[in-house]
Amino acid sequence: MAKTMAEKILSAKARKDVRAGEIVEAEVDYVMVNDITAPAAFDEFEGFCTPPLEKKMVLIPDHYVPNKDVASAIQAKKMRDFASKYKIRNYFEIGSGGVCHQLMIEKGFVAPGRLIVGADSHTCSYGAMGAFATGIGSTEAATVFARGVLWFKVPESMKFEVNGQLGRHVSGKDIILTIIGDIGVEGALYQSMEVVGDTISALPVSERVTISNMGIEAGAKACIIPPDAKVDDYLKGRVRDTYEKVYADKDAEYSDIRKYDAKDIVPVVAKPFLPSNVAPASEVGVTIDQAYLGSCTNGRIEDLRVAAAILKGKKVHEGVRMIVVPASKDVFDKAMEEGLFKIFSDAGAFISGPTCGACLGGYMGVLAPGERCVSTTNRNFIGRMGHMESEVYLAGPAVVAASAVAGRIVDPSEVTG
Amino acid sequence: MTILRGRVHRFDPNDNINTDYIISGRYKFKIDDIRKLAEHVMEDIDPDFASRIEKGDIIVAGRNFGCGSSREQAPRALKAAGVSVIIAESFARIFYRSAFNIGLPLLTCETGWVRSGDLIEVDLSKGEIRRGSTGTVMSTSRIPQVMQILLSDGGLTSHIMKHNGFSLETDKME
Repeated sequence: MAKTMAEKILSAKARKDVRAGEIVEAEVDYVMVNDITAPAAFDEFEGFCTPPLEKKMVLIPDHYVPNKDVASAIQAKKMRDFASKYKIRNYFEIGSGGVCHQLMIEKGFVAPGRLIVGADSHTCSYGAMGAFATGIGSTEAATVFARGVLWFKVPESMKFEVNGQLGRHVSGKDIILTIIGDIGVEGALYQSMEVVGDTISALPVSERVTISNMGIEAGAKACIIPPDAKVDDYLKGRVRDTYEKVYADKDAEYSDIRKYDAKDIVPVVAKPFLPSNVAPASEVGVTIDQAYLGSCTNGRIEDLRVAAAILKGKKVHEGVRMIVVPASKDVFDKAMEEGLFKIFSDAGAFISGPTCGACLGGYMGVLAPGERCVSTTNRNFIGRMGHMESEVYLAGPAVVAASAVAGRIVDPSEVTG
Repeated sequence: MTILRGRVHRFDPNDNINTDYIISGRYKFKIDDIRKLAEHVMEDIDPDFASRIEKGDIIVAGRNFGCGSSREQAPRALKAAGVSVIIAESFARIFYRSAFNIGLPLLTCETGWVRSGDLIEVDLSKGEIRRGSTGTVMSTSRIPQVMQILLSDGGLTSHIMKHNGFSLETDKME
């Protein structure tokens, strides 16, 4: 029987031949929780009265660390105390950590063929490495701490084929926003997306992560990209244990197949208040108060390089605040080594250490009523980054950097010439 | 399963009510006290909701209810606020699983005919909704068997404890 990537990985982890629609109990490789979702998982877990499956667990504080206030300090402490009580090795303190999804990938937990769950909706990011990864609730995370398994409904799959050469300033963010604009915020509900094609193969791993990261914004359960030599190269020296690459069979069944020509994809922006509200950046033009570069979606070194190349020797427009948040300590260190911080700082941008921070309206760049932010993050719901009357426009790093310089949302070519 | 009776609450927007609207990111770090969290439920799209809702009330919405973050505080806060069941045209998947895992039932059907303030009666096992004033009856999609098992066991944790693992009779699943 020909299988999709989702069917193959779930069959392997359930140790039986399964296909879309079936309910399976499958062995989970890793379960990740963050400072927001962990406390509820810990409470549920204690009810099981069993030692945790320590090796499978990864604890990453990132949403409100460094602690925003006393309440978040207490919450982060709970995580630290739990890690210490049960001797959980995979706990990443600030100073060595960062945004959970970036860290899961960087620290080698993610690899092709693995089944990974995380109590954070953007866990689907790991599909970029050929894993089946999906977001779960805290109670389910507790179950995996205790039992190492979880039930899954094997999803149907949709295939997205992107072929051809991307234009200048067009990135993975523009590809996924274009797809979400096409299918809508529930266009892939309950389904696994498979994103394939020579355009995708030509992308660096970091931009593939951006694509898989936003699968959830189309409602998807997973967003998987076939792994290749670039993934092997990335994993060399960092991956934990062995892994086996998994691919869909040629005759696998898809609920839908959509094809895109790379040359039709332009730098785009998702306007308020849905990630599907997509328009070419060149047609947006609204003035901005803030430009935000960071998050699990676009806070990698490659994203910072793209922005720095545009900002080099230029100034952030008067009246605009630009905030740069590398997604991990490694990204931070690399950006420093490469002199990117000097470029950002000279341009007048503010640089922070890794945190989820303002992406979810937490802190470090929250918006006032009436303010508008162009952001490399993943959600632009009402009030997402601050006040209910503030607005978030989602875009890739090139559009965000160029818009910071222009003072309004523009196509990057307007600034770079 | 029991018959639930309650007053309907609808919201604007009707579709894509995300977990940030259900419980704002501003309160995420107050999770220790779910009752306190419940006082802010739906605040961003309906500031008076938390003070209006009565135990047993029912939320009715359009498509993709519960999209966005995986925060289990969203279904937990709704349940703590007194919501007995949510009826929508579709649900985002993490919210869907989490709701049943914590013992909050969800039903799927066309919802255009139900208005805010209606008194309705919901028969979970039959998958039927009856509107008090007019007697209109609407069938809903059947709750998947795996969700029925979780619900009748009192949620995921109790299910695991009761059966010492999953007992979802996977072979009989659709």
